[in-house]
Amino acid sequence: MTGTALSVRDMVVTFDEFVALNHVTMNVNEGESFGIVGESGSGKSTLLRAVAGLNVFESGSLTVAGRSYSGSRRDKEFYSTVQMVFQDPYGSLHPRQTVDRLLLEPLAIHGFTDVDARIARALDEVGLGSGFRFRYSHQLSGGQRQRIAIARALILEPKILLLDEPTSALDASIQAEILNLLEQARKDRNLTFIMVSHDLGVISHMCERLAVMKKGEVVETVSVEALEKREFSEEYTRQLLVASEGFRRSA
Amino acid sequence: MSPLLTVNNLRVSFPTRTGEVNAVRGVSFTLGRERLGIVGESGSGKSQTGRAIMGLTPGHAKITADSLNFDGIDLLSVSARQRRDLRGKRMAMILQDPKYSLNPVMPIGKQIIETLRTHERVSARESRQRALAMLEAVQIRDPERVFDLYPHEVSGGMGQRIMIAMMLVCGPELLIADEPTSALDVTVQLEVLGILDRLVAERGMGLIFVSHDLRLVSSFCDRVLVMYAGRVVEELPSANLAAAQHPYTQGLLNCLPTIGSHRHPLPVLERKVEWAQ
Repeated sequence: MTGTALSVRDMVVTFDEFVALNHVTMNVNEGESFGIVGESGSGKSTLLRAVAGLNVFESGSLTVAGRSYSGSRRDKEFYSTVQMVFQDPYGSLHPRQTVDRLLLEPLAIHGFTDVDARIARALDEVGLGSGFRFRYSHQLSGGQRQRIAIARALILEPKILLLDEPTSALDASIQAEILNLLEQARKDRNLTFIMVSHDLGVISHMCERLAVMKKGEVVETVSVEALEKREFSEEYTRQLLVASEGFRRSA
Repeated sequence: MSPLLTVNNLRVSFPTRTGEVNAVRGVSFTLGRERLGIVGESGSGKSQTGRAIMGLTPGHAKITADSLNFDGIDLLSVSARQRRDLRGKRMAMILQDPKYSLNPVMPIGKQIIETLRTHERVSARESRQRALAMLEAVQIRDPERVFDLYPHEVSGGMGQRIMIAMMLVCGPELLIADEPTSALDVTVQLEVLGILDRLVAERGMGLIFVSHDLRLVSSFCDRVLVMYAGRVVEELPSANLAAAQHPYTQGLLNCLPTIGSHRHPLPVLERKVEWAQ
């Protein structure tokens, strides 16, 4: 079962004059966890958003589970296969809806009937009891909000999860909890992850392969093992690696 | 040499409808011209400690301390006016996100000059020169151009360097950096830290570095205070981090994913009520 879950070929995204993605190609296998690293403005989030249909891509192709998509039109079937978790848990939950409503919406759109049981199970799965069900997002901490966002993504039982910096707005200690939760969910449901982060440490912990992006292009795709053995060719990858090892006082 | 800053049994509490919330509960330390790190999770009181020293705690909060002394000045009893004179001139603070802490409708150069002219009597020309020199000191390549830009026209890393320039232009003796690089990319983080490190060393300032990232703090500071629920649970020299005794400190150290260590699942931080006693 090593079919291709998602493939992007020669994708180009431009915002007016600015080329955000310049002929990007990536292949993600079924059940794989694929990382994308790069600094701000390297196009890593744009790539994820273009896949999810939140940005229009001008040329190139996108194939998900054997079906191809173009522009920014995605049908229901796409969203029942692919779901996304965003970076900022403060911005991605509706401030005037309770957790219950937030989780109900995707279920209603996709015509599920056993909503009650599903919401209860989804909350359970992300480690929040039913006591959180009728709270508003301002009554939750950052880590709890991110758990709700993950529950909302998982409730449709997707095959592929797009993760856009899911922990960079969180404390180091909360980050560990969320990463563990994501790993557990992946193991239980045999999910495919595409995870964007600027932290190479997080990516190497979570993923098997990763693409390094710079200025809208994928400069290198390496496996995490090769990364650990320092077997990569790009200078930029080395810079990122040095940066992730923390501050060193130069002599 | 007497210490630059003495904090003894500092307490900060906020009255709320449901009773008092004690954000800081009896923190004590002294600071010379050295780098001190304060580490803890969100809500551990690390930022409120820094803010209380700066005098930036909201008006309705209650601050008490056995002593809060900056270079012979009792910070709890000085007038608001004296406090204002100190702030920006002799002690300064760098905040987390330059997007929110710079004035969005004032050019960058003007903001730096504003700080300078609030505290020193300098001519317009000299203040411009000093602002430009300061921008150069934080390694901004084209200071003349950046001088006239507005904050939204610069990147996050550049914004934070401007913030550092603004805070250091009056030559403070104490600098409090509250998560100065958390909003920045990893690659930019190192650059900004390098600049901060060099300037602090050159000018012989005392530095309090507040962060949730224990590894970062320990590589940057000489000494680390670990805070939990408003108290200091452990104090360590940075070189001795591996010898941390408190389970909370060990937890903070272990919860970060690093390249080449395969720990699935990651160890998660324990939180015990008795540590807060």
